[in-house]
Amino acid sequence: MSEELDRRQFLKGSAMLAGLAIAPGMLLYDLAHGRSLNEPASSAVRWGMLIDTNQCESGCDDCVKACNKENGLPGGTRPTDEQWMRKVELKDMRTGKATSLPMMCQHCEEPPCVDVCPTGASFKRADGIVLVDRHLCIGCRYCMMACPYKARSFVHEPLHDQKPDVPRGKGTVESCTLCVQRIDRGENTTACAEACSKAGHKAILFGNLNDPNSEISKRIKTVASTQIRADLGLNPGLHYEGL
Amino acid sequence: MDALLKNRRDNRNFYLLVALGLLVVAAGLAAAHYMEEYGHIVTGMNNQIVWGMPHVFAIFMIVSASGVLNVASIGSVFGQTPYKARAPLAGLLSIALLAGGLTVLMLDLGRPERVIVAATHFNLKSVFAWNVFLYSGLFAFVGIYLWTLMERRMNPWSKPAGLVVFAWRIILTTGTGMIFAFLVARQAYGTALLPPMFIVMSFAWGLAVFLIVQAAMYGWNEIELHPAILKRLKNLLGLFVISVIYLVTAYHMTNLYFARQSAFEHFILVAGGIYPMLFWGGYLFVGSLLPLFLIYFPGMGGSRHVLAASILVILGSFSLLYVFIVGGQAFPLSIFPGYEVTSSFGDGQIGQYAPSLPEILLGMGGLGVAFLITTIGVRALNFLPRDVAD
Repeated sequence: MSEELDRRQFLKGSAMLAGLAIAPGMLLYDLAHGRSLNEPASSAVRWGMLIDTNQCESGCDDCVKACNKENGLPGGTRPTDEQWMRKVELKDMRTGKATSLPMMCQHCEEPPCVDVCPTGASFKRADGIVLVDRHLCIGCRYCMMACPYKARSFVHEPLHDQKPDVPRGKGTVESCTLCVQRIDRGENTTACAEACSKAGHKAILFGNLNDPNSEISKRIKTVASTQIRADLGLNPGLHYEGL
Repeated sequence: MDALLKNRRDNRNFYLLVALGLLVVAAGLAAAHYMEEYGHIVTGMNNQIVWGMPHVFAIFMIVSASGVLNVASIGSVFGQTPYKARAPLAGLLSIALLAGGLTVLMLDLGRPERVIVAATHFNLKSVFAWNVFLYSGLFAFVGIYLWTLMERRMNPWSKPAGLVVFAWRIILTTGTGMIFAFLVARQAYGTALLPPMFIVMSFAWGLAVFLIVQAAMYGWNEIELHPAILKRLKNLLGLFVISVIYLVTAYHMTNLYFARQSAFEHFILVAGGIYPMLFWGGYLFVGSLLPLFLIYFPGMGGSRHVLAASILVILGSFSLLYVFIVGGQAFPLSIFPGYEVTSSFGDGQIGQYAPSLPEILLGMGGLGVAFLITTIGVRALNFLPRDVAD
């Protein structure tokens, strides 16, 4: 009897030990390889980007094209067309220095679009991605008034040929999702970052800002970078280098 | 016989007015349907000017809905008898204008059919969501207030009810101002001056609407307004118009003093084409100075002058709102201060906007809703302001 109990206790103990030994590894694996679809996003992760404007080539818009392709956007440039991502050309008015950079939703820690949304359709996921719930958005456009980055677009026309994993809707507001469909599949790059690497510029570095060992965290620690309109105190997840 | 003829004529005119109102409302609904069917591409609005003509109409009506209650508050809260006689009409106009304004706002939504979502899902940090409560509260409180005014047994309650309405509408217009005041990065907005500015604007515009409706009702019933009461009301309108000029000046002066705002002020007051034109010509000259002349200049101030002044104040209010809402968005966001900016998304460019017919019809439809509620209300119930001297 007591022998049996001992054995049971031994088995239980070793199972717990094994669990303890494997758990951190599993945890790291989970963080590195995304999560299953029924698991919520975790605040242990904060997705972000470091954009090196020194590497970004003026006139190159491979990132924008890749974004449009990934998300099923037609890519028009009328004032009524949706542009989740755009290339911005800058000229310093004091020094004349020219800079080129991609601009999109900055995925703020304190997003004004989320604050002002009456229905809660604009929301920030635990992992820092700012999204619009297409079922709750009533199309009031208050978030577009509130966004300091002009990051959002309103769908002005009926939609055709949507991509199944990027649902959109006429009369609702949308913006860069950091390719959330990819992240949720466990991939760890966005369409724009991938395209930029493929073009040989490697100007967009995507990663987990909360992981001190990630490439993005290490780089942010060593190079001078800035957030756009940092004076507003919104702590965007996008950092820019060389600006 | 005369009375019978007049009755018949009145009936005919009433149904004509209702038919006219219905026609305008129908045109507005058709426009909204068209916008929903084809999307906002059929409007002049775009990704830079996201709020346009419908919002000019809606905000005019919502701000006036609060201001028109002035007349009631001066009667019920501050105990002025001539204003007490006007409290029921002010209450009815408030409900009518608020209904008209909200109709326009609702039908301009990208997904108007989801208005039920707005009524069931609240983000309590959103000033828009607060406004949903403030609007429904105003309907309820003004309704109760009207009941205490018009039902003799409830009369003793009219003072406390009037007090609640007074407080509520000040909070409501504060909320309307905050919709813009809370926009952190927009150069035209994002200042704590906006809520008080909206409150003072509501006083002027609401009183102007009231005076027009009162003049129409007196004309219909062939009654002359007592000169002493006319004088009080017109002086009040003049005072409100001056107060709006004061706050609008303070708003622009503050901006002019900040170097980072000077480009915006230059645009809105000098270089921006339609916007400076509407500001100086529409708002300041036609909507403020001309009314003040009609109210105060020796030999002016008669009932026709005051009616004309009220109409001009409303024209001025539309001009000011157009400059504030559309002009405020047309000026590009300052995303990269100190840089010249170009992009495919209009960065660094002045936003272009031309109001389309459906937008204007939708806005007019909202005015039609307010007009219908008022016309039927004053016909069905006794809203005619009767002074003791009558």
